Amino acid sequence: MKDTRPGTGAAAGGRAIEISGLRKSFGTTEVLRGIDFHVERGEVVCVIGPSGSGKSTLLRCVNLLEEPSAGTIRVAGVDVTDPDVDIDAVRRGIGMVFQSFNLFPHLTALGNVTIAQRKVLRRGRAEAERIARENLGRVGLADRVGAFPAQLSGGQQQRVAIARALAMGPGVMLFDEPTSALDPELVGDVLGVMRGLAVEGMTMLVVTHEMSFAREVADRVVFMDGGVVVEEGPPSRVIADPAHERTRAFLSRVLDPAAARIEDADAAVDADVGDAAAEDGRP
Amino acid sequence: MTAEQAAVPGGMSRRRRRQISLWTQYGLFAAVVLVVALLADWPKLRVNFANWGVAKDLFPDVITVGLRNTVVYTAVGFGIGLALGLVIALMRLSSAAPYRWFATVYIEVFRGLPLLLIFIFVGVGVPLAFPGTTIPGGAVGQTGVALGVSAAAYMAETIRAGIEAVPRGQTEAARSLGMSHGRAMASIVLPQAFRIVVPPLTNQLVLLCKDSSLVLFLGVTLEQRELTKFGRDLAGQQGNTTPIIVAGICYLVVTIPLSLLARRLEARRHGGRR
Ligand SMILES: Nc1ncnc2c1ncn2[C@@H]1O[C@H](COP(=O)(O)OP(=O)(O)OP(=O)(O)O)[C@@H](O)[C@H]1O
Ligand SMILES: [Mg+2]
Repeated sequence: MKDTRPGTGAAAGGRAIEISGLRKSFGTTEVLRGIDFHVERGEVVCVIGPSGSGKSTLLRCVNLLEEPSAGTIRVAGVDVTDPDVDIDAVRRGIGMVFQSFNLFPHLTALGNVTIAQRKVLRRGRAEAERIARENLGRVGLADRVGAFPAQLSGGQQQRVAIARALAMGPGVMLFDEPTSALDPELVGDVLGVMRGLAVEGMTMLVVTHEMSFAREVADRVVFMDGGVVVEEGPPSRVIADPAHERTRAFLSRVLDPAAARIEDADAAVDADVGDAAAEDGRP
Repeated sequence: MTAEQAAVPGGMSRRRRRQISLWTQYGLFAAVVLVVALLADWPKLRVNFANWGVAKDLFPDVITVGLRNTVVYTAVGFGIGLALGLVIALMRLSSAAPYRWFATVYIEVFRGLPLLLIFIFVGVGVPLAFPGTTIPGGAVGQTGVALGVSAAAYMAETIRAGIEAVPRGQTEAARSLGMSHGRAMASIVLPQAFRIVVPPLTNQLVLLCKDSSLVLFLGVTLEQRELTKFGRDLAGQQGNTTPIIVAGICYLVVTIPLSLLARRLEARRHGGRR
């Protein structure tokens, strides 16, 4: 499935993703303030961090949905920030899965998975449909090929979106909080599919709040806050035994919401003693 | 019920008062209709407005010539308007500033001009301005162009709104799959945008159907007459208003179903899927 990307052959020996000195500003606010990290081939890297820390922006810079303000991003050795690079060719090699699915509502599941194969890769109808069915089967939706997105549950829609990206034969998959918009009972199906991809050796960069997924599946966890990478390492270290206070505070918040309230209250003591006391009083 | 409600302390109930006001309105309305009906000279009206003899003679020409030409002029005008409107909508949304300026000027100019002036310009101005050139297609071509360039201004705004109503995530998903800007527009955004703009475009079609009557001012041959011209000519020849009435009914046979269709499509869009 890998390396069907045109134009990457010569440098295909490079790392899957290599980011250095990445900065991104929207107007005067700098959202990414110098990011350096990489993803090896076959590696699963999970990015965690508080809301607004720049995780989505980082992911969107990798496939140039956002244009970086400074720094370089290499995908399979190709510098995607080079103005002469063929953006469409680069994107063909990168699968992207969005928080809000972004399925094409006017097309069936099959249509969603075939359209880019046909219009971008110029595959014939029969071949595109065969590959589409294969990938819809891979995400457990072989029996829903004819359904329109509106007729599918959120979890099913997200799995169609994963199949749509896989059908292009990407070398790396980007996931931006793929389960955040799902009802809790549907999260497991999508994570299961992602776990399967990881086992197959797919290179994945995943923004997620699912700590158990990160702990089990990630080779490496990257903690971001305020537009920088605060720390990174194997999940056994970053999640179980974080080195930085900011990481600890974030983790206690996502792992134990009750603890988070107390911590917020502690932080608020300086600002408003009365309020903090009230918070502490809660169970 | 009246006795009971009248007995409510503090005067009439609100419901009672509303009923009285409604019945007063009905009464007034009925009185006006009655007065008009009594004042009218019915036998004369029948002869002049609903004269079966005159009406029968109009067929089949009122359909095979009049209605047919109305439909042809409307269809050609709509086709030109849709194509041009799409181009102008895309220019309006272009990242290239000159395209945006051109589209804005075009839209403002053609929305600001009376359609009749455009017809006169196409009929008189174009031959004067570009001697030796005529718009191909004769009356059909001229009407199509006059209706089309004007309708394009309205349709461009409608289509632009439709394109902008397609969520950003759709384009982002398409681009992430390696589609070019144009490909994403053609395969993903426009099909969704057109679904959104079908009801307003259907209303536009109704307007064009009525506006095609302005071909009257271009000067047409007997064979090129559409409903309005046809009705007016025959009313003049016969000294009778029935042909106008028949022409009017022919318009309504087309426009009312289209309006109903537009409304149903609109309702389905808001109440239907999702
Ligand atoms: N297009 C934009 N224009 C202006 N500001 C933006 C834009 N996109 C993101 N931002 C800002 O950049 C910051 C980082 O946003 P980003 O979406 O990357 O955060 P995130 O870590 O993904 O957060 P979340 O967990 O809530 O998804 C936020 O403060 C956001 O308001
Ligand atoms: Mg985000």
